[in-house]
Amino acid sequence: MPVITYRQALNDALAEELTRDENVVIMGEEVAEYNGAYKITEGLWEKFGSKRVVDTPISEAGFLGLGVGAAMLGLRPVMELMFWSFAYVAFDQIINNAGCVRYMSGGLINLPLVIRGPANGGTNVGATHSHTPENFLANTPGLKVVCPATPYDAKGLMKAAIRDNDPVCFMENTLLYGDSGEVPEGEYVIPIGLADVKRGGSDVSLIAHGRAVLTALAAARRLEDEFNISAEVVDLRSIRPLDEETILDSVRKTHRAVLVDENKPFCGVSSQIATLIQEQAFDDLDAPVGRVCSLDAPAIYSPPLEELQLPTVDRVITKVLAVC
Amino acid sequence: MVNRNQQPSHFSIVSVAQADKPKAGSSPVDFSKAPVNADLTPEQKLSFLREMLRIRRFEQASLKLYNQGKMGGFLHLYIGQESVAVGTCSLLGPNDHTITAYRDHGHALVVGMSMDECMAEMLGKATGCSKGKGGSMHFFAPDKNYWGGHGIVAGQTPLGLGIAYALKYKGLKGCCLTYLGDGAVNQGVFHESLNMAALWDIPVVFIIENNQYSMGTSLARSSSIKACLAERAEGYAMDWDIVNGEDLYEVRAKTFDAMERAREKCRPTLLEIDTYRYYGHSVADANAKKYRKPEEIEFYKENHDPIMLWEKRLKEEGVADDESIKKIDNEAKAEAAAAVKFAEDSPFPELEDIFTDVYHEVDMGTEAGRTGRHFFSD
Repeated sequence: MPVITYRQALNDALAEELTRDENVVIMGEEVAEYNGAYKITEGLWEKFGSKRVVDTPISEAGFLGLGVGAAMLGLRPVMELMFWSFAYVAFDQIINNAGCVRYMSGGLINLPLVIRGPANGGTNVGATHSHTPENFLANTPGLKVVCPATPYDAKGLMKAAIRDNDPVCFMENTLLYGDSGEVPEGEYVIPIGLADVKRGGSDVSLIAHGRAVLTALAAARRLEDEFNISAEVVDLRSIRPLDEETILDSVRKTHRAVLVDENKPFCGVSSQIATLIQEQAFDDLDAPVGRVCSLDAPAIYSPPLEELQLPTVDRVITKVLAVC
Repeated sequence: MVNRNQQPSHFSIVSVAQADKPKAGSSPVDFSKAPVNADLTPEQKLSFLREMLRIRRFEQASLKLYNQGKMGGFLHLYIGQESVAVGTCSLLGPNDHTITAYRDHGHALVVGMSMDECMAEMLGKATGCSKGKGGSMHFFAPDKNYWGGHGIVAGQTPLGLGIAYALKYKGLKGCCLTYLGDGAVNQGVFHESLNMAALWDIPVVFIIENNQYSMGTSLARSSSIKACLAERAEGYAMDWDIVNGEDLYEVRAKTFDAMERAREKCRPTLLEIDTYRYYGHSVADANAKKYRKPEEIEFYKENHDPIMLWEKRLKEEGVADDESIKKIDNEAKAEAAAAVKFAEDSPFPELEDIFTDVYHEVDMGTEAGRTGRHFFSD
């Protein structure tokens, strides 16, 4: 199977969907002639032209709103945010318009819209560029939130997101763009709402999404090598819809759960997962649910400190040893 | 306050190149002779009266229900502004679309939504146009190219741009009338929308319904440029014009020019239509008669009421008389009364209806809608 980068996997997904459906249009800052700030859209403008791949002014609220309006008439806009952090100037368009118009119209309108871009810390760009808003957006019924961790998932989920008839917030990670992985050459789509067991195990369930999945996998390897602990790693892949069964099946098997989450701990994604586990698998637990989140302050700039602010393998191991 | 209704501005569309102080030295123009008005039939002229009266009687009936405590939330009345929706929407063709803010009842009725479904929506009933899920501020009728009904000031402006963008993308010759209030011109997203509309040649017509007050703040206290809001289009190389909203002929003539510019040249326009609301920002606006004198409101009612002026015009033209006007008004009142009965007799939504119309895929029962948990209970 070919090995390609997460970046290339996304690029392939976009190119395939642009080819498949003439209503797909890519818009965002620097997506066309510049080839994408992070090169996710590289070559697409050259191949598909200015009608299908459109550079926007720096007007996130304006162009996301434009995408919502265009989706009302049946276009399938894929809107790039250079950083998901920039969504904060466009929350009205995302929450009130993309998220609520279907409901407020009594189901008369649906919005086949994808908003995509990186949502991560860890790149020493300070608090304003390091937000992880998946919890905020998943808190809005009407929106879907997807956070792929691998090239394979990135491609299959992007294709599903573009074909979905509801607004999908697709959250990537600049630190993953260069990661490589096996991606089949043929067409495939990964349904949104299915978690994936990235590693089987029997002693503890590490439950994560996005880059935290890789942190969990690294921790699982060390737990096995150094402590003879068999950790299962569950990748949520999407936050909303959420695959509760895969989470619960894993916890019922291992009887212990540690949640790894680059969100902040207060009202973060892992808060919801912890609630789910205690509600539905309380009797299966042999220890309290543990969490390893970003340390609870705005993202610090100082490079060595920011590395420690995000969930680290060491912190995951410490937490696992506390519950095992 | 800025009061231009007493000195109606009469001038043709101002191009960016020749933009000048538009209000100075303008001479009265009879817009009834404009091409778009010259061939109007008596029936069409009467239909404009009928639509304006339907809006007014509908809203008066809704106000009564609101005051009886039968309605939740806010009620933003359009009374006094009827000529704007009726005049502009009278020009809509099959590929033309509309979107507006929360003062949306008038536009909804003019594009063809029924009084029944609108009144029921306001009472939160399952028979409402949004099944009781949107309320007064959120009426939608995609089948009539009417896209709401939006609650956040200026939030609809990029949506109107996007609708027009999609029309152009699909090669359809149409435009999107995108309405906003005078307060909305101070929101950032409106300016982002103006810039993109002009930058990309999008067939959108932004229509500022300038009723002089953004809630309780007069235009003089909220706008750095006080004489004219549409002039802000200069900053975006966009054509603009100001319109005397109490004259249906002028509203139609100038809006038609803007729509033609959109449809034929794919160029946007910013129109500012002067108008006046008799009630508060919403009915809950306790200071509605404090930030302006009651005499001011009375002055407008007596001298600038768009329905009264249109009736006068129709009588002068021999199109209508007191009797025919009374008949149309009585029909509007009866329709509104029937809508009240329909709304009051309708059931509320069921508890389980809370969870429908959130996700299209779930409602349709598709594989995507059945995959993963979409809703979370406590």
